[in-house]
Amino acid sequence: MISRFQIALKNLLRKKSRTLLTMVGITLSSWVLVSLLGFNRGYENALNHDIENMGYQLMVMAKGCPYEAATMMLQGGKGLRYMPQSMVDNITKEPGVDKVTPILMQAFFDPNKGESGGIAGYFGVESSSFPTMKPFLRFRQGGWFKSDNAAEAVMGFEAAELEQREVGDMTLVPEKNVQLKVVGILERTGSQDDGTTFVPLRTLQKIAETDLITTIGIKVRKDADVAKLESRLYQLPDVQVVSFSQVKQTIMKLISTARVMVMSIAIIAILIAMVGVINTVLMSVLERRQEIGILKTMGAMPSDIFRLVWTETLILCGIGGLAGIAVAFASARATDILVRRVLPYSPSGGLVTIDAGLAAISLCVIVGVGLLSGLYPAWQAGRVRPLESIRGEG
Amino acid sequence: MDAIQTQQRPASLEARDLTRVYRRGSEEIRALDGVSLRLDRGEFVSFMGPSGSGKTTLVNLLGCLDNPTSGTLSLAGRPIFGEGKPLGERDLTRIRRELFGYIFQNFYLIPTLTVRENVALPLAFYRKPDVDGEVDRLLGMLGISHRMNHLPGQISGGEMQRVAIARALVNRPEILLADEPTGNLDTKRSGEIGDVLKDLNERTGLTIIMVTHNPDLGRLAKRQIVMRDGQAYDN
Ligand SMILES: Nc1ncnc2c1ncn2[C@@H]1O[C@H](COP(=O)(O)OP(=O)(O)OP(=O)(O)O)[C@@H](O)[C@H]1O
Ligand SMILES: [Mg+2]
Repeated sequence: MISRFQIALKNLLRKKSRTLLTMVGITLSSWVLVSLLGFNRGYENALNHDIENMGYQLMVMAKGCPYEAATMMLQGGKGLRYMPQSMVDNITKEPGVDKVTPILMQAFFDPNKGESGGIAGYFGVESSSFPTMKPFLRFRQGGWFKSDNAAEAVMGFEAAELEQREVGDMTLVPEKNVQLKVVGILERTGSQDDGTTFVPLRTLQKIAETDLITTIGIKVRKDADVAKLESRLYQLPDVQVVSFSQVKQTIMKLISTARVMVMSIAIIAILIAMVGVINTVLMSVLERRQEIGILKTMGAMPSDIFRLVWTETLILCGIGGLAGIAVAFASARATDILVRRVLPYSPSGGLVTIDAGLAAISLCVIVGVGLLSGLYPAWQAGRVRPLESIRGEG
Repeated sequence: MDAIQTQQRPASLEARDLTRVYRRGSEEIRALDGVSLRLDRGEFVSFMGPSGSGKTTLVNLLGCLDNPTSGTLSLAGRPIFGEGKPLGERDLTRIRRELFGYIFQNFYLIPTLTVRENVALPLAFYRKPDVDGEVDRLLGMLGISHRMNHLPGQISGGEMQRVAIARALVNRPEILLADEPTGNLDTKRSGEIGDVLKDLNERTGLTIIMVTHNPDLGRLAKRQIVMRDGQAYDN
């Protein structure tokens, strides 16, 4: 015959524009909420992905500022601090250490890079240890060099693209005028590896006229206590330990302000939508006092009327919430770009990850808030007495 | 209250000394002043009298839409009012949906529902066990089947009141309460609605309590009660 759901739905359709406006409000708040939750999850995931892509959890460098790694690249290697390669043996001995790889970072000024020249980053790495630490690196062409003093190079995706190099081509190390043969080109990783050229450690040491290294990457055993290992490594003379979990925490702290802001926007949006729902449903209850009174003369209990009005709220919030989720899915990429602009640091992966579970949680929140807003109007409607409402018209 | 089984017993309605005093601020209005009357099952009774004489007040009490200030009312031999404290909304609802159907001067159809949906509306909240097919039967009986998919705004006033009657009858009430059912209709339509009510009373034995200002309509009822200053007089 006719269900209560149909009665509620038809009533919402009575004032189409009012219903639509209310629904738009709910849609907006649902969209903001889903995007925010998606960002909260996505950002951390992307950061974790970046850190996993390093292949090692700890990095040992010669003493100095732990955040110098980036700056020394920019300064063309002038600020680099070095340590003896024998440090590798000291670290390997530590319990809890799985793998160790020595790295020599170098940066040379390339006058042909970009419009006014730029810094080209070089990593001297050991062919025996570095590839095993980053087994996830995939080659677009070729493979790793086989010896540590070959005049060869493996180029990151962007480095190769910039110079238009293929496997078999020669590449010139700027400043030093040394030719290397390209033996491998990596697939895009979305990390800093893309812009780096990897050279056998000995070869780069020869080019840079040093027998020292700048960095040691340490892969910690799965069962080991990273914090303990870290404090033991600090006992070694003149070294600085960088743990990526610390770096992560620092970055998360940096963006927490942004997260709090977005969270407040979401809460405000939800509150506004809530007021909209209360207003709409209450209005419609007041307008229908006589109809509700008549429903009561025909046998509707206060609880029936309560549920009827609550169903209206449920429909409003359900449809609005779903629409918001759909919009959030559709606009995830745009949100990503927007968020990237305002954040101090953005990892390379997708920042806004929305999945079915998250959508379900958001829908529950929206519908829950909606039902809460419907409580008062529904209670008011349940209280309408048949007589008052019929008399009301005279 | 759900124990009221009026189907078998002769549904009589008995009021004793019903009084209703409205309070408006410090002012007291004695709208009903000790009315006693008895209605038998299958009666068609009309209430007439000047405006403000207490017709609506009385009929609302008889129809369990309101609690009296004092006095007793029993339905089918079972006391409803007069047993101590006034009944709550839920108890009144249980009695109403078991025994009564109501129609009013303003038809109060739901404008967003079709004629057929309006008639079926009470069943969404309460459904007696034997009412299958009742909607279509009533639509046919009241001559509005051809309008069943129209909205209330698309039919005439007379048709609207027929829809309201069908809606009031869909749960097979014992008693139909009609407060000025033709107040919004012209003479011709009023006569038609009057004939419908008389026909219902004669053919189905439905008890009808009707308030009206229209003497022609009032005369259709076998029993006529005149009200004056909160008192009822059998004619
Ligand atoms: N809710 C109320 N509050 C206060 N006074 C009321 C209320 N309802 C009715 N009255 C008063 O009670 C008296 C009887 O009213 P009632 O509506 O029963 O008269 P009626 O005979 O139905 O009149 P009409 O023919 O105009 O419908 C009137 O004086 C009216 O003003
Ligand atoms: Mg009246």
